[in-house]
Amino acid sequence: MLPTPSTSHVPYSRVYEPAEDSFLLLDTFSQDSETSFLSDRFPTSSPTPLLLEVGPGSGVVLAFLTAHAATLFGRSDVLTLGVDVNWFACEAAKETVRRAVKEAEEEEEAAAEGEVGKRDGENNGEAEGEGRTQNTRNRKSGRLLATAQGDLASPLRPGAVDVLVFNPPYVPTDELPTLPKELADPAAATPAVATTNDDSGKRKPVPKTTYAQDSTLLALAYAGGRDGMEVTDRLLAAVPDILSQRGVAYVLLCAQNRPEEVKARVRAWESDGGRWMAETVGSSGNKAGWERLQIVRIWRAVA
Amino acid sequence: MKVLTLNFLTCAVKSCRTSADSFPLHPKDAELVSDDVELNPQLLVNLLPRIDWNALRTTATELGFPTLPEQPPTPEELQADEKMLQDLHKLLMETQISEGKLVCGACGHEYAVREGIANFLLPSHLV
Repeated sequence: MLPTPSTSHVPYSRVYEPAEDSFLLLDTFSQDSETSFLSDRFPTSSPTPLLLEVGPGSGVVLAFLTAHAATLFGRSDVLTLGVDVNWFACEAAKETVRRAVKEAEEEEEAAAEGEVGKRDGENNGEAEGEGRTQNTRNRKSGRLLATAQGDLASPLRPGAVDVLVFNPPYVPTDELPTLPKELADPAAATPAVATTNDDSGKRKPVPKTTYAQDSTLLALAYAGGRDGMEVTDRLLAAVPDILSQRGVAYVLLCAQNRPEEVKARVRAWESDGGRWMAETVGSSGNKAGWERLQIVRIWRAVA
Repeated sequence: MKVLTLNFLTCAVKSCRTSADSFPLHPKDAELVSDDVELNPQLLVNLLPRIDWNALRTTATELGFPTLPEQPPTPEELQADEKMLQDLHKLLMETQISEGKLVCGACGHEYAVREGIANFLLPSHLV
């Protein structure tokens, strides 16, 4: 079991708290079937994969995928990126990834030291032990490039993304919330109060939001409009453009999103390479064959 | 945001996506900070084939880094060239843009970067 990243620093009053959907993504990526699919898809001899999570929120999934890249993808040279409409989520997710990578690296160093100690005991050779630390150091973690504020994948270059992860606002709602103008740039528009939300201990100005603004930020994380699919449909429409030929997308759907219909639509997409595939690769809340949540993997079959 | 990010981003305005001038975005009034990151030669070697080298040369020059060679090194050349590894590592993996703007060469829109977070949300008249 890989450790779940700590999100204790995340302000849950305005950033979606990790829940069943987030944990389903962690479980799905941890399955043997998924790690072997991904290491086959991105063999270590192939170029460095770029992973984008759209709407990382607290950053728990992004941090998990970044910190445990070697285990999950079979390689540690994975670059990751998060784009969220919520500025506070961008900030929180960046910190979540930083903590998770640091923790993974400390664990790795402790393991390497243990290894050296053991060998020293056997050989009484300190110099050899030090050499080993350098050579057998297996990096576990990928690297976060950035988190950025944006609408879905709109700032990404066409064909740039190899792994796309999306835990959308999937709850059916009468209306789709819109981001208030002042929250598009909260640092410029709202008064700042000195507070601290990282473990550096230094106080820094953080924009102050109202209760109503916070509610809107949370609503943006769950409210999906008609069938809970309005935001997901926009993202799906962009997938063929932003995904590389070898690219794979993971999209979470709930039962009300009509996942079988969504998969059928994806399979009917036009393709200039291999045909489009869509399969359910993880599910939870299984009650009498009725899966409440599922993860759909979308990719082009090798032509 | 790491400087390398600019190699994967473009202008969020839809009509700019097909314009060659929208890539790379041009940093303006950029404040840079440097993180201490452990050098991973394999990452740089595997990264080479997916970097748009011309765009990276532009970015490096605009940020005041030494001019990169016209042609990217081959993986073998890079692996054997300790200085090139160090230079690329510093530019791509260690250097971060903390404050400033990113400007689209096609439409001229400026995206603010604050505390290392770029804001690609568009005002309603550009959506």
